[in-house]
Amino acid sequence: MANTPFTPGIADQRLSAEDLARNFADLHAPYDGHEAAVAADRCYFCHDAPCVTACPTTIDIPLFIRQISTGTPEAAAKTIFEQNILGGMCARVCPTETLCEEACVREAAEGKPVEIGRLQRFATDTMMAKPHPFSRAAPTGKRVAVAGAGPAGLACAHRLAMHGHDVVIFDARPKPGGLNEYGIASYKTVDGFAQAEVDWLVQIGGIAIRRDAAIGDSVGLDALVAEFDAVFLGIGLAGVNALRADGEDKGGVRDAVEFIADLRQADDLSSLGVGRNVVVIGGGMTAVDAAVQAKLLGAESVTIAYRRGQDRMGASGFEQDLAAQKGVRILCNAQPVAVHGNGAAQEIELEYTRQGAGGLEGTGETFRIAADQVFKAIGQRLDGAPQGLALEGGKIQVDANGRTSMAKVWAGGDCATGGDDLTVTAVAEGRDAAEDIHATIA
Amino acid sequence: MTDLTSDFLGIKSPNPFWLASAPPTDKEYNVRRAFEAGWGGVVWKTLGEEGPPVVNVNGPRYGVIYGADRRVLGINNIELITDRPLQTNLEEIAAVKADYPDRAVIVSIMVPCEEAAWKAILPRVAETGADGIELNFGCPHGMSERGMGSAVGQVPEYIEMVTRWCKEHYDKPVIVKLTPNITDIRYPARAAHNGGADAVSLINTVSSITSVNLDNFSPEPSIDGKGSHGGYCGAAVKPIALNMVAEIARDPETAGLPISGIGGVTTWRDAAEFLALGAGNVQVCTAAMTYGFKVVQEMISGLSDYLDDKGMTLPELIGRSVPNVTDWQYLNLNYVTKARIDQEDCIKCGRCYAACEDTSHQAITMSADRVFEVQDDECVACNLCVNVCPVEGCITMEELAPGAMDQRTGKPVEPDYANWTTHPNNPASRPAAE
Repeated sequence: MANTPFTPGIADQRLSAEDLARNFADLHAPYDGHEAAVAADRCYFCHDAPCVTACPTTIDIPLFIRQISTGTPEAAAKTIFEQNILGGMCARVCPTETLCEEACVREAAEGKPVEIGRLQRFATDTMMAKPHPFSRAAPTGKRVAVAGAGPAGLACAHRLAMHGHDVVIFDARPKPGGLNEYGIASYKTVDGFAQAEVDWLVQIGGIAIRRDAAIGDSVGLDALVAEFDAVFLGIGLAGVNALRADGEDKGGVRDAVEFIADLRQADDLSSLGVGRNVVVIGGGMTAVDAAVQAKLLGAESVTIAYRRGQDRMGASGFEQDLAAQKGVRILCNAQPVAVHGNGAAQEIELEYTRQGAGGLEGTGETFRIAADQVFKAIGQRLDGAPQGLALEGGKIQVDANGRTSMAKVWAGGDCATGGDDLTVTAVAEGRDAAEDIHATIA
Repeated sequence: MTDLTSDFLGIKSPNPFWLASAPPTDKEYNVRRAFEAGWGGVVWKTLGEEGPPVVNVNGPRYGVIYGADRRVLGINNIELITDRPLQTNLEEIAAVKADYPDRAVIVSIMVPCEEAAWKAILPRVAETGADGIELNFGCPHGMSERGMGSAVGQVPEYIEMVTRWCKEHYDKPVIVKLTPNITDIRYPARAAHNGGADAVSLINTVSSITSVNLDNFSPEPSIDGKGSHGGYCGAAVKPIALNMVAEIARDPETAGLPISGIGGVTTWRDAAEFLALGAGNVQVCTAAMTYGFKVVQEMISGLSDYLDDKGMTLPELIGRSVPNVTDWQYLNLNYVTKARIDQEDCIKCGRCYAACEDTSHQAITMSADRVFEVQDDECVACNLCVNVCPVEGCITMEELAPGAMDQRTGKPVEPDYANWTTHPNNPASRPAAE
């Protein structure tokens, strides 16, 4: 351990290997069989259950929990996967506290919902250790191109393969998985789960994955439309919004998504540099993921600066609590004005904000805090969308079935209109688009 | 703290909680621990006749039924009577009784249905100084195949005969322990009464198979791939036991016959219910086998606090509910209730709706925003919604006042008591005297 949390500037090896291993271990340890039985028993098996309504993929939660409680976790997993083939990842990363678990009647009753996410993980982990449970319908001879191997693309591909179509997935990155692989905090998906999940998913057959193949570069949308019976776009939001503050180009100022991706791809966490004083600009899940991981890497102080009030933060209450618990300071009503430093960032200047008549406005009162590393987590935007598609609010315009303005082209996930930008929403959109594609081409 | 001193058949004990004849009372070591923990008395595990002791299986003796979180709801056993030499047991009983004169020590006995066998053992039991005996006519497994235990308890004539022998050859109280594996508990109770029993104790265990192993298809507990029915006990059998105690308590032929209540007593509350239904004391086994002897301390504090709250003495509680146990035909048909859902407490799980809509009377409606409401014109007051609601007190049965309209029948609630015996639909109804 060459350095400590107090080493100035950006430095690696701030913590021992043991501390890093402990810090980046599974956030929620998996249930063992007895824990799952006890947790499952708390489910009331509600009629027309609110948790199901709250799930973007409409998993029959009371049924799968009952299947766990009767000792049939594989049947439970099948119930989950029929609706959500990425149920394993969703069990880990879904903000359940704002979805199924928020709707759980036991949340209303006693402020302690059934731990649906962890139960889902118990079921899906059990089945994913075994052969793939789904088989393909008779081959249709139809071929579908899927752009993007993220949650939307994978869900779409699997459903199409199940219906007997052949699928080719084109992905810009060296590894499939999209944000599951590159964009989620390490402690939420340990032990290479994202790749293991892709490997398991494609066991159904009929899915080929082309890596390092961004559409627009090597493959154009027109070519895909010409070659395939249908095209699904699940390309995510590749662009990152700018800070629009002076000094944004100074050393030490980075995109949070890049930092998160580096962390996920690192073989050795101690090789990653992190600032002594880290400031994250933003208020969403990405901001929390970056801030918490910076702290876990050994930063002495980490601050999330969010320009609006805490009630407006995109990060859930659970995520905010997690950040606070790990020692991250959340500073609200503060917007960046400038990054100061001679070449590299040393301080960030912030201005307090208030809600004015014309919207959010600066109060004129500014202050500086030490910052040798600044992460921008102020939202992503669609970047490199193929020409010719109608956009709406900066996203690809789609109808309820995921159809774009272009014939034979569907889209879903973060790049398309509608839905929250969540893994689970992307899965639902990919799946539903697949059903519409199937109905159209079969 | 209300005094819990119990007087059952003249046998005093500091509280009405006795350990039932079972594994916990098989030897001096356990019984001393039980008395140190606070138990008021014990019924020593059943002694057999002189000679080579019985043998037990060498595989599992118990099977189990679990509730949530492996909570033990019921245990089934295939253990036989004591498998230790008679003389050893007698010496230990004498030693324990001498050291704990304030505690009740009852000796359970099971010997063949021959007068000589009883005549032989009773004087030796008397010598121990024990306070009384309990005749084991209840165990449904193993010994019953040899004409003992429940094989006797299922034949009222045998019960009466053996009881009479015991009263003749033993001068302290004789308690007859009854098996529930019969059709009408009143007949064996009457037989015991006729034979001169000082009391009956019930229930012994219920014949049962707890489960089947779905891999090797053996009943559990499995002995080398085979199973034999055992005796079921614990919280799961309490409702059966309560009814049988009440049936004896309210039977005019056995009225006043003291009862020692047994069957699933797990908490002070269970004990209070047995006492209210006419038991003079209670015997406990499964709760102790599950949690150890210390559980009696909760039973003592709970019952005492309850009596404090009610301003009642222990004897005043005993039998308090017996007058309220009646036949169905005498229930008041003019007592009309309707389910009421407290919307403040409702957590919107919809279980009341599913239960009523699918399996009952379609008397609960569900709105798009999950508001559940009772339709009085369909509600027959079956109580199922109350039973399945996970929130205590959220759904209640509210009585309609006399004169109020019952929307289901379209008639106002009659103010007077009326039952089936006088109901016009009853072919055997007896019109009120003109």
